[in-house]
Amino acid sequence: MKLDSMYQDVILDHYKNPHGRGLRNGDAEVHHVNPTCGDEITLRVRLDGDTIEDVSYEGQGCSISQASASVLNELLVGKELAEAHRIQETFLELMQSKGKAEPDDAMEEVLEDAIAFAGVSKYPARVKCALLSWMAWKDATSQALGETAGGKTA
Amino acid sequence: MTRLPGLLDTEAIRKDFPILDRVVHDGQRLVYLDNAATSQKPRQVLDVLNDYYERSNANVHRGVHVLAEEATALYEGARDKVAAFINAPSRDEVIFTKNASESLNLVANMLGWADEPYRVDQDTEIVITEMEHHSNIVPWQLLSQRTGAKLKWFGLTEDGRLDLSEIEQTITEKTKVVSFVLVSNILGTVNPVEAIVRRAQDVGALVVIDASQAAPHMLLDVQALQADFVAFTGHKMCGPTGIGVLWGRQELLEDLPPFLGGGEMIETVSMHSSTYAPAPHKFEAGTPPIAQAVGLGAAVDYLTSIGMDNITRHEHALTHYAVGRLLEVPDLRIIGPTTAEERGATISFTLGDIHPHDVGQVLDEQGIAVRVGHHCARPVCLRYGIPATTRASFYLYSTPAEVDALVEGLEHVRNFFG
Repeated sequence: MKLDSMYQDVILDHYKNPHGRGLRNGDAEVHHVNPTCGDEITLRVRLDGDTIEDVSYEGQGCSISQASASVLNELLVGKELAEAHRIQETFLELMQSKGKAEPDDAMEEVLEDAIAFAGVSKYPARVKCALLSWMAWKDATSQALGETAGGKTA
Repeated sequence: MTRLPGLLDTEAIRKDFPILDRVVHDGQRLVYLDNAATSQKPRQVLDVLNDYYERSNANVHRGVHVLAEEATALYEGARDKVAAFINAPSRDEVIFTKNASESLNLVANMLGWADEPYRVDQDTEIVITEMEHHSNIVPWQLLSQRTGAKLKWFGLTEDGRLDLSEIEQTITEKTKVVSFVLVSNILGTVNPVEAIVRRAQDVGALVVIDASQAAPHMLLDVQALQADFVAFTGHKMCGPTGIGVLWGRQELLEDLPPFLGGGEMIETVSMHSSTYAPAPHKFEAGTPPIAQAVGLGAAVDYLTSIGMDNITRHEHALTHYAVGRLLEVPDLRIIGPTTAEERGATISFTLGDIHPHDVGQVLDEQGIAVRVGHHCARPVCLRYGIPATTRASFYLYSTPAEVDALVEGLEHVRNFFG
């Protein structure tokens, strides 16, 4: 059944038992919304030099958007920024593949649990749900590094 | 099969709508419950559209050749049909736009540029309601920001109705315009027009009614409504997309200034100034949506042949049945009136804490098309403290079996996320 390809057990597990949920101290905070469906996330990033010390978040939305934020937290906390950006870009590539990407071992090694979102990429309306937290993280990280004029809060 | 008094012969009607035979997702029969977003189109409308392009296509109002005359006659004939459909005193009061949003923006802009006594400025007020579609909020916010007029609104009661308890403090001597929805696209509520119109008339305010969710489902009589402007769209009432209607009282259309300038809306043009054609052409700059208007005319013919009263009766019976069945679903909360009284066939609900996106996705897998999200009425979601709703909306071809399919589908959703 196609539905199971979207709602992998890994995704449902993250949805029901999210990692790192709740807002904690951060160097930058952003608030992103998905205007088509009303999903929202507030996300903070705390850096220690080049290392991501914490990604904390609070939001409301569907299982896909919530699980995605949980996976992001699990994957990125503790990573070097360069590595985190590589993971983010790989995830973006997977989500924009329109269901055509054949995740190989190399991709799975980079994405770990996030590989479970491969099935979501077949559903154009849901890709934005999966990407919401990742776009928020990218934005917050830029702000934390002082790369944008956005300041510390959005 | 469930039989309810007042139902139309849906077996016959559904034969007019080819799309309803579609099978989706490997063998699931389509259950289309997203009619508040857009209706499906009957063969009678599709054929007219096709005929128009195959036989009569030309630009309107100018050519002297046979196609131009045919296209003009068809386009203006559609205006006659729409005028009769809404009981307009004059065909010249029917302005074709591209959709209801454009119709409402057109009114807001007519008033924004108007002279006294219609002028909206910083000493005046605009009144809307909390249950408006964004298309009846944002144009007024823009007008308010540009003119300094104060924007006020009626709030909502717990059971999804307008709270008119402070109507005299809300609509005051300063109020220039009151704009509200006749039937809510998210709550399904049918609003009490008379009470609002009476108060607006007492203070000399213009009344604008957004009838987008009313025109497809009930007899719309602009004279009985006693409004000054009525807006609706074609694609929700079996017509094509790209065609909307603004009805306005003739004297207002004569007095108020045009908004969009261009071809078609002029009388004479020199390099220094222009004079304008009389309404409705004054408000129809540029080549209009000709085929779409002709298609809307065919939709009006189709609905009239079924009978608007019959459609209302059908939907009322179905809504009564649907509300009852939905309330049997554990953890389901209807957002809006929980009876079929004074409500249309649009039912929004939440299902425990399962997000509507997920509800809609699992329903889709079973071939059931609903709408999920805030339905372009985000203030309603904020009012009831919910991020979004799942919305099922019915039309003349909807059946009790489709209500049953929805209820069974929701059971599946609960199991899936349980």
